[in-house]
Amino acid sequence: MENKLKLEIVTPYGLVVSEDVDEVLCTGSEGEFGVLPGHADFVTTLKIGMLTSKKGNETKIYFVNWGYAEVGTDKITVLADSAERSEDIDVERAKAAMKRAEERLRKNAESDFNKAEAALERAATRIQVAQLKIPK
Amino acid sequence: MATLRDIKRRIKAVQSTSKITKAMKMVAAAKFRKAQQRMFEMRPYADRMASVLSSLAASADHEIHPLLKLRPRKNVEVLVITSDRGLCGAFNTNILRAAMNHISTLKKDGFEVGISTVGRKARDYYKRRGIQLRKSWTGISGRVAYSNVQEIASDIIESYINETIDEVILIYNEFKSVVAQKIIVTRLLPLSPIETKEELLSVDNFIYEPSKEEIFSSLLPKNVEIQIFRSLLESQASEEAARMSAMENATQAANDMINSLTLQFNKARQAAITKELMDIVGGVEALKG
Repeated sequence: MENKLKLEIVTPYGLVVSEDVDEVLCTGSEGEFGVLPGHADFVTTLKIGMLTSKKGNETKIYFVNWGYAEVGTDKITVLADSAERSEDIDVERAKAAMKRAEERLRKNAESDFNKAEAALERAATRIQVAQLKIPK
Repeated sequence: MATLRDIKRRIKAVQSTSKITKAMKMVAAAKFRKAQQRMFEMRPYADRMASVLSSLAASADHEIHPLLKLRPRKNVEVLVITSDRGLCGAFNTNILRAAMNHISTLKKDGFEVGISTVGRKARDYYKRRGIQLRKSWTGISGRVAYSNVQEIASDIIESYINETIDEVILIYNEFKSVVAQKIIVTRLLPLSPIETKEELLSVDNFIYEPSKEEIFSSLLPKNVEIQIFRSLLESQASEEAARMSAMENATQAANDMINSLTLQFNKARQAAITKELMDIVGGVEALKG
């Protein structure tokens, strides 16, 4: 059996990545999970969080905003609402979004409380992912 | 015969028309490139979504979610996607004709047909014919946003789950190339019976997290949204492409007209000069006499 895992992250705005990797770590709705080649067939929803892929010594970190992951023996397909590589995250924009969300939460308008909360979590996670140092 | 001044005036008028159509073509080209890019970005997502869903549905029970359940068809809903603006050749006419054909076939087969539309052109078309629309959305083409899609999808899913409608047919223009659009008539709901591989049928070998029900209840509506989103983007790219070639043709026709009018103008001018010369020569001859 091929000892690689084909990682594909797709969003409505395009294919983010499609490459062979050794290992993937995701944030599922029920907690983090790791995937190695030969994994059992598995479907899960993903939360706002990060996804780490390892290939040899190279580690890549992605920000994933909601979605689904379908895992097969030699592939993992992630369908996300949006996703970015950690280097591509616009931290300034995320900070601005965070500020806006905080303001909205403070006003405490009932109607968009959930929306604002989600926006806040998204922004905070983005910033966190962007500032992570890739372990060597 | 038209006087010189008449011809000149017509040439001017046609020239300004050609300027306008040329500008419109350029605008359409710019919009088209944008729409095409969005469409191409969307395609891999829609394809993966379809493949994930088909591998799931192959092993899943039809009873698990209302959107998968099979039930007798009686009320068929047709969702027709057109543009808001005209001047794009036969783009809207073609799709509306195809929709009419499909609707009359359905009616002949004894189904109750309801119609929903996206785009001002479709809405006006049915209004003129006094046909009641179940729902119509306008002002979307040009800037398709995901929130528009969610609105349409949630309305459709709700009526489907309420069993006010039993089937949803989507009719739209698919983008083939700049000069060709293809009219697609496809079933949106219930989800088309998915071709199943036999070995997958008996065993449900997927692990679901959090649970099968939850996965399906979020994935299935999402899939409806994605399909609608995709068809809107396809339709939009086709629209701009159709407008581009319509305006190209119009510019071409205007230029041809300018050429023939210029020829006519020159002939008339020549004739006037010849006539004047003859008069002078005639006068000189008479004086000599």
